[in-house]
Amino acid sequence: MAGKAWRSALSQVVGALKNETPQSRTFIRGIQTVTLIPGDGIGPEISNAVMKIFEAAKAPIRWEERNVTAIRGPGGKWMIPPDAKESMDKNKIGLKGPLKTPIAAGHPSMNLLLRKTFDLYANVRPCVSIEGYQTPYTDVNLVTIRENTEGEYSGIEHVIVDGVVQSIKLITEQASKRIAEYAFEYARNNQRASVTAVHKANIMRMSDGLFLRKCREAAEKYKDVKFTEMYLDTVCLNMVQDPTQFDVLVMPNLYGDILSDLCAGLIGGLGVTPSGNIGANGVAIFESVHGTAPDIAGKDLANPTALLLSAVMMLRHMGLHGHAKKIESACFDTIRDRKVLTKDLGGNSKCSEFTEAICQRMKDMD
Amino acid sequence: MNADVCVQRTRHPSRSSMALILFRAFLTCPDACVFQMVQDPTQFDVLVMPNLYGDILSDLCAGLIGGLGVTPSGNIGANGVAIFESVHGTAPDIAGMDLANPTALLLSAVMMLRHMGLHDHADKIQTACFDTIRDKKVRLKSLLGGLQYFCSFKSKFQTMKAACL
Repeated sequence: MAGKAWRSALSQVVGALKNETPQSRTFIRGIQTVTLIPGDGIGPEISNAVMKIFEAAKAPIRWEERNVTAIRGPGGKWMIPPDAKESMDKNKIGLKGPLKTPIAAGHPSMNLLLRKTFDLYANVRPCVSIEGYQTPYTDVNLVTIRENTEGEYSGIEHVIVDGVVQSIKLITEQASKRIAEYAFEYARNNQRASVTAVHKANIMRMSDGLFLRKCREAAEKYKDVKFTEMYLDTVCLNMVQDPTQFDVLVMPNLYGDILSDLCAGLIGGLGVTPSGNIGANGVAIFESVHGTAPDIAGKDLANPTALLLSAVMMLRHMGLHGHAKKIESACFDTIRDRKVLTKDLGGNSKCSEFTEAICQRMKDMD
Repeated sequence: MNADVCVQRTRHPSRSSMALILFRAFLTCPDACVFQMVQDPTQFDVLVMPNLYGDILSDLCAGLIGGLGVTPSGNIGANGVAIFESVHGTAPDIAGMDLANPTALLLSAVMMLRHMGLHDHADKIQTACFDTIRDKKVRLKSLLGGLQYFCSFKSKFQTMKAACL
């Protein structure tokens, strides 16, 4: 009980500090080094845009660039390069652009490799409507938190007999407890009012039942956050009718995969959606989830918004709320203004012009 | 994406000629599908999928058109059996009060008529139902909520599409 009270108090202090400017206790006075993985295709140019904007915002971040293209380690096993792993283990925080997976036979998915290397168990995607970028849905403001290590994507499949295949959905107490507690902690630290567990425990009584049970147990420890439960199909039906009724949603892997993309669609697509992956041992990697767009790579046409908003998520995670708010406001104001927009946002400006417009806004704020 | 053209003879009495139906094999993941669905549902036609994805997508699409109160449904079985149904709840709070909306069950019955080849009767009933709803003169309370969302979405979607042209 004492441990619970201490943890609760600590969390509330963290929450209270959010209203202070500009830096959290952890990084006060210091420059924090972050591992930057520019990625492929448009990755390098949108990473440069983010670095330029951070510099204009005077954010206390030093970037350590690393390449995560997989190599074969001892024994022939695919792994990320040792210097990249070492950098992430040291810095704990990373920002990543889009990666392409080489076509070489047996080459693993790069995102999967990163996930396994750092045990990135929670995928967090805040979806907020962007004024100036019109979609049929306005006032969307929700967060999807997806369990990212097990569930339907455990990769356990086998042939029973010819023409009959079985796929195992793995749900464990440990992973469910971990993601549920993360969701409530996130809600508390980000002043979100409620957490909704998304499930199909009426059909998958044992697997989703276990997941739901762990969510209910976590809810008991966070009485200041409202807890609700909703069937996945009902969530989808209600989501497309009125997304404003949702706040933080926590769910197993497959449902999260689908719902996070659905919500990204509501606010305008992957080009404007930030994403964060929370791992064990304090590691967190923030990333844009769109593709590498090789057709426009190197042409100064890319939209850096998704990576920029992911970097803003990263600043909030690090407690640098003042800088996060400044950069986010400059970005949103530029889009709202509709004068300097990249092509995918409805304009015809270059990436560098859009970046410069954001930088100029921040200078005007000072 | 492959494109194959196949020809299907229809049994509709007013369509005596051969109907050409373009079959396009378009494989998409459920996450990409829902992502596209909420941005531009008009790009989709018939979607076929396994059980869980169907549970999700069918409800999502019902939400797009106004909810379960206006969505028909049919279940096709072996040996020629087919059961058509409304998929909303029993609404015990309004049962027996002459307040219920019969649209979902009616449209399911229209589906049933088409399944049986009674296209003329199906067209007639469906047209009368849709015209009554479109007319807005005789409206059920339960239709207001769902159609409000649908009209709002449709209006914004059309405005948005027009702005992009």
